[in-house]
Amino acid sequence: MTLLYLSKLNVFYGANHAVRDLDLQIEEGEIVGLIGANGAGKSTTMMSIMGAVKPRSGAVVFDGRNITGMAPEDVLKLGIAPVMEGRRIFQSLTVGENLRMGAATVADKDQVAKDIERWCILFPILKERYDRPAGNLSGGQQQMVAVARALMSRPRVLLMDEPSLGLAPLIVADIFKLIAELRSLGMTVLLVEQNVRMTLNIADRAYLLNLGRVEFSGTPDQIRAEADIERTYLGGGQTSAPAASPATAS
Amino acid sequence: MESISDFVQYLVSSLSVGGLYALMALGLVIVYGISQLINFAYGELIMVAGYGLLIFGRSWLPWLIVAVMSILCAIIFALGMDQIAFKPVRNASPTTMLITSFAVSTLLQNIALLFISPRPRAPRLPSIFVKSVEVVGIRVKIVDVIALAVSIVALIALQIFLRKSIVGLSLRAAADDFTMTRLVGVNANKVIATAFAISGLLAGIVALFWIGRIGQVLPTVGFQPVLIAFIASVVGGLSSIKGAVLGGYILGFLTIGLQTWLPQDVNAYRDAIMFAIVIVMLLVRPEGLIRPAFSRETR
Repeated sequence: MTLLYLSKLNVFYGANHAVRDLDLQIEEGEIVGLIGANGAGKSTTMMSIMGAVKPRSGAVVFDGRNITGMAPEDVLKLGIAPVMEGRRIFQSLTVGENLRMGAATVADKDQVAKDIERWCILFPILKERYDRPAGNLSGGQQQMVAVARALMSRPRVLLMDEPSLGLAPLIVADIFKLIAELRSLGMTVLLVEQNVRMTLNIADRAYLLNLGRVEFSGTPDQIRAEADIERTYLGGGQTSAPAASPATAS
Repeated sequence: MESISDFVQYLVSSLSVGGLYALMALGLVIVYGISQLINFAYGELIMVAGYGLLIFGRSWLPWLIVAVMSILCAIIFALGMDQIAFKPVRNASPTTMLITSFAVSTLLQNIALLFISPRPRAPRLPSIFVKSVEVVGIRVKIVDVIALAVSIVALIALQIFLRKSIVGLSLRAAADDFTMTRLVGVNANKVIATAFAISGLLAGIVALFWIGRIGQVLPTVGFQPVLIAFIASVVGGLSSIKGAVLGGYILGFLTIGLQTWLPQDVNAYRDAIMFAIVIVMLLVRPEGLIRPAFSRETR
């Protein structure tokens, strides 16, 4: 079943045509990769889905409902939760408080308590650091907090923007393992990444963006087969991004 | 120091004045934390509550009810300020917001000047504001003890609110990362309105004791408290709630200490000496006593 699709989406930043006639669809339970170089329009696409950017034309349809131009909080309530680039955890709040903030839209206190317990089992580090300010955690641990926080609203789709950015290669492997694990829990994931090799390892399908257009889409095998594309647009597929991330959306 | 009795009196006065200063500073910091607005019209909330005491005090209502109604007035004016004056400039530069707050301050002062009176008026106050009690040979003013207790209760209550309730958590989260707070589904305007409401509540509580202490209310009555609040929060660290409280108490101890121990003929320069001490503190620690634990990322 198609859970989320974009049709003929066009987004402008001033005169800059950031996303051009983009079509994309995500089936329930899939991990879909959105790959491409910097400035290809990946983050912009994600922002239009979550309502943080208003597209000029085209439609975003979630679960049969047109959500184009809806406010982020309403999109979240419908079941689409973002894990933002740069993690964006609440640094001075404790890990536990971050999780509670993730469930800010959930009225049922028992559900919140149950979910916190559940994610603490899946991510033991959260339990260990539960009462510590989240800003004291390492980058990889903060990413765990960011993912768990997003899961607290019980979304049906998780939008992840560059979860591997600024993390050491070993930690990156952990994060991708975690994303694959989320699928086994029935989560649908749209994964925006520059780390093409790792993304293709776990994704069911992927879209390759270039200058705001879908250049190629298909299964990881199909994309890998297009070796030229990989060389041309992806620089051979790095395994990690070396520098710490700037917090702005690309 | 003459005796234990003097010292206890000093301690009680300092803690009571410091507590009020801490509440004042908190009222500024809680709004600044999420909106980067230093609300200089905060003093006029104290004025509003003061005139509330004056106007409602003319009725037959018991004073406690009058006090509660005055605090409510301060809260309503705080919310009104936010909706009418600050909401339209929410995304403007800090300078624009600062000038807006001066405009609101001047406007409210002039309204009081025109429609009530430019002259000081004395609201009805209960007798506890002038009485003292003697406990084991030590005389303390009842109002000092009450102010001390009320400020501590208010500080603890606020702390519990900020740690336990989801609205309180949202306030702290918004001070960390406002955009992300919206992205977890929190209504931004509601969070800011809550901060203003708390600011009004604190101004109202402070007003009871401030007006009670000086015994009168006039259009410029809010100037000194907002100045104190600003200095206390700058000394403590503007972006920290702990800092505001600490700064308030430090300023309280300084004020009363200088008042108690300065020789008579130097006492006229008390404020100058206090400001000199504050300047030295800021030279040593420009970011305030309590630094933000995590640098705020600008977005």
